[in-house]
Amino acid sequence: MPELYYSKAVNEALDEELARDKNVILMGEDIGIYGGAFGATRGLFEKFGAERLWETPISENSFTGLAVGAAMMGLRPVVEIMFMDFIALALDQLLNSAGKLHYMYGGQVNVPLVMRTPGGAKGGYGPSHSQMLSNLLVGVPGIKVVAPSNAMQVKGILKAAIRDDNPVVVIENKRLYPQKGIVPDGDYTLPLDKAVVFSSKLAPTLTLASYSSMTPVCLAVQQAFEKAGIGIEVVDLVSLQPLDTATVFASLRKTGRIVIAEEACLTGGVGAELSALIAEHCLDALEAPIARVAAKDLPIPSSLAMEKMILPQPDDVVKAVKKTLDY
Amino acid sequence: MQIPNEQLLEMYQRMVLIRTFEETLGELFAKGALGGTSHLCIGEEASAVGVISAARDTDWLISNHRGHGHLLARGLEPRRVMGELMGKLTGYCRGRGGSQHLSAMDRHFLGTNGITGGGIPIAAGAAFALKYQHKDEIAICFFGDGASNQGTFHETLNMASLWKLPILFLCENNLYGMSTPIAHSCASGSIAPRAAAYNMHGSACDGLDLETVYFTAQAAIERVRAGNGPELLEVMTYRQCGHSKNDPRVYRTREEEAEMAKRDSIACTAALLVQRGLAPEAVEAAANAARATIAAAAEEAMNAPTGGLQDATSDLFAN
Repeated sequence: MPELYYSKAVNEALDEELARDKNVILMGEDIGIYGGAFGATRGLFEKFGAERLWETPISENSFTGLAVGAAMMGLRPVVEIMFMDFIALALDQLLNSAGKLHYMYGGQVNVPLVMRTPGGAKGGYGPSHSQMLSNLLVGVPGIKVVAPSNAMQVKGILKAAIRDDNPVVVIENKRLYPQKGIVPDGDYTLPLDKAVVFSSKLAPTLTLASYSSMTPVCLAVQQAFEKAGIGIEVVDLVSLQPLDTATVFASLRKTGRIVIAEEACLTGGVGAELSALIAEHCLDALEAPIARVAAKDLPIPSSLAMEKMILPQPDDVVKAVKKTLDY
Repeated sequence: MQIPNEQLLEMYQRMVLIRTFEETLGELFAKGALGGTSHLCIGEEASAVGVISAARDTDWLISNHRGHGHLLARGLEPRRVMGELMGKLTGYCRGRGGSQHLSAMDRHFLGTNGITGGGIPIAAGAAFALKYQHKDEIAICFFGDGASNQGTFHETLNMASLWKLPILFLCENNLYGMSTPIAHSCASGSIAPRAAAYNMHGSACDGLDLETVYFTAQAAIERVRAGNGPELLEVMTYRQCGHSKNDPRVYRTREEEAEMAKRDSIACTAALLVQRGLAPEAVEAAANAARATIAAAAEEAMNAPTGGLQDATSDLFAN
C-alpha cells in the first residue's frame, strides 16, 4: 500500500470521484491550473477540464449557493473554501439553505453538496487564516461535519461524502496536508459517522479523544506514555456531527478517565458538547473530572511565538493527561 | 401586440385568484387562524401572472418571501398552498416550510426563500445544472429591489454572466424594501442599469400593465433560452398592502397609495377585456369562479390535519 501526503489523498479522492460520476463537479477559487491554494486539485484541471472544474470569482456565499441549486437539480458539487476562516462568508447558504432544504421542503429535494475546507493554524498565518471553526458548524442541524486526521481517512471519507445525498463539510487541515500516511489501493469509502479507536498495547487507563490535527499529537502522547508503562486509548472522533458517542462511551467505561483535545476554541464546541454528553449519560463511569485541551478563547496572533501560546501544544495534552491520571 | 381575449381572460382570472388568496390570508390572520407572518403581493399580480404565463411550465422558478403570487401563477393548487401556510399536512412541504419556504419540485418551482437575496445564487445553480445537462429549460429568479443590494445579487449576476447561464433575473421593484424607499437604498436609483456592470442585458418595464409585462418577459425569456446568457428585467410594480401583517405604512402617504390604486392591474385588465368586446358578466363570472376556488381552498385547509411528532422530527437527512 502506498504512502501518500494527506493533500495527495484528497487529490486522489477528487480524481477518482470525478472519473466515476459525471454529476460530480468542483467549484472554488484558484482550483484550476493553479491547483488550489494547498494543491488539492493539482492536475485535475488538465485531466477533466473547465467543464468539470469551475474556477469561481471570489464570491464564497454565492458560489456555495450556486452549488446548492445545482445539487437540488441532481449534480454533486464539491466546493472548496480556501481557508476555513472564509466559511463565514458562505454560512448563510450553508445553514439557511443547504442544511435545511431537505427537511423544510418536506423531503422533496436532496442537497448532495460537499464543502471542503482547511482549518487550523500552520504557523504564522494570523487571525483570519488560522482558525479551526468546527464550533460554528456543529450546532447547525442538517449538516454532517467530518474532520479526518490522516491520509487514509480523508480519502475514504471524502469519497463517501461525495456519494452521500446530504450536505457534508469535510474539515481538512493545513498542518495535516504535508503529513504522510498509508493509503489502501483501489476504491474504498469510510463511514461518515464513526469514530476510530487507536488502542494501546497496554491496558488503557485513560481515553484521549481528539480530531483533525490534534489526533497525530495525541498518538505521539500515547506512545510516550506507553514507553512509561501507561496505556492510553486514543479515540479519533472523525465525525463531529453527529458525534459517535457510543464509541467514546465504550472507551470511557473501560478507562474511567477522559481528556478531550482539539484545535478549536475552548468554548461552545465539540469538546464542550462531548463533555455535556458524558455528564448526561456516563457520569457514573468517571473516576476523574473531564479535562479539556483547546485553543484559548482568543484570536490567533500572527507572531509564531504568540501563536503557540494560544494554540494547544503537545505539552498541554501531556499535562492534562498526567493531572487526570493523578486525580 | 395583444394577448388573445381567451388567454387574457384566463390571466385576469389568475390575478383575481391571487388577490383573493392574499385578501383571505389577511382575514385569516385577523381571526388568528394563521401563525407567523406573511408578505402579501396585493397590487403586484400582473408581474407574477405576466412573467410566468410567458414562461414554459418546465422552466424553473425560484421566488422570495413574497411568493404566493408566483406559486399560484405557476398553477400550484391553492388548497395546498393554503394548507402549507396553515402548517397542515396537505401543504406542499407538509407544513414545515410555510409561506417563505415553499417548494413544489414536480411543478418546477424550486422554492420561495426567507433570506432576502438567498434564492438568487440557488436559481443560478439550477440554471448551471440545466446548462450542464444540456436542457432547453431556463431558470427565472424573482426577487425584490431590496434584495438587489445584497452581495448575492452582485456576486451571482457576475458569475451567471461569466458562465452564460440560462437565467432571467426578475426584479420586482415595488419601490420599498420593507419600509425603506428605493431612493434611500439604491445608489443607482433603479436596478436595471446595474446589469451593465455585469455585461448583461438589463431593461425595465411597467409592471402594472399585464400585456407589457407579458410581452417584455416573453422576449427576454426567448433570448435567454436561445443561449445569449442571462438577463436582468426590472418590473416596476407597487405593493398596495403593507410589507407584512403588522405594517401601518407610516413611510408613505395615503395620497400616494390612492394615486397608485388608480392603476390597479386587476381593475385595468377587467376594463380592457370589456373594451375588447367581452361581456361584463363574463368577466365577473371568471372573477367569481376564482373567488369560489379560494373560499373552498381555505375551508379545506382549515379542516386539514396537522402533523405529529413523527412529521416534525423526520427527514433531517436524506437516506
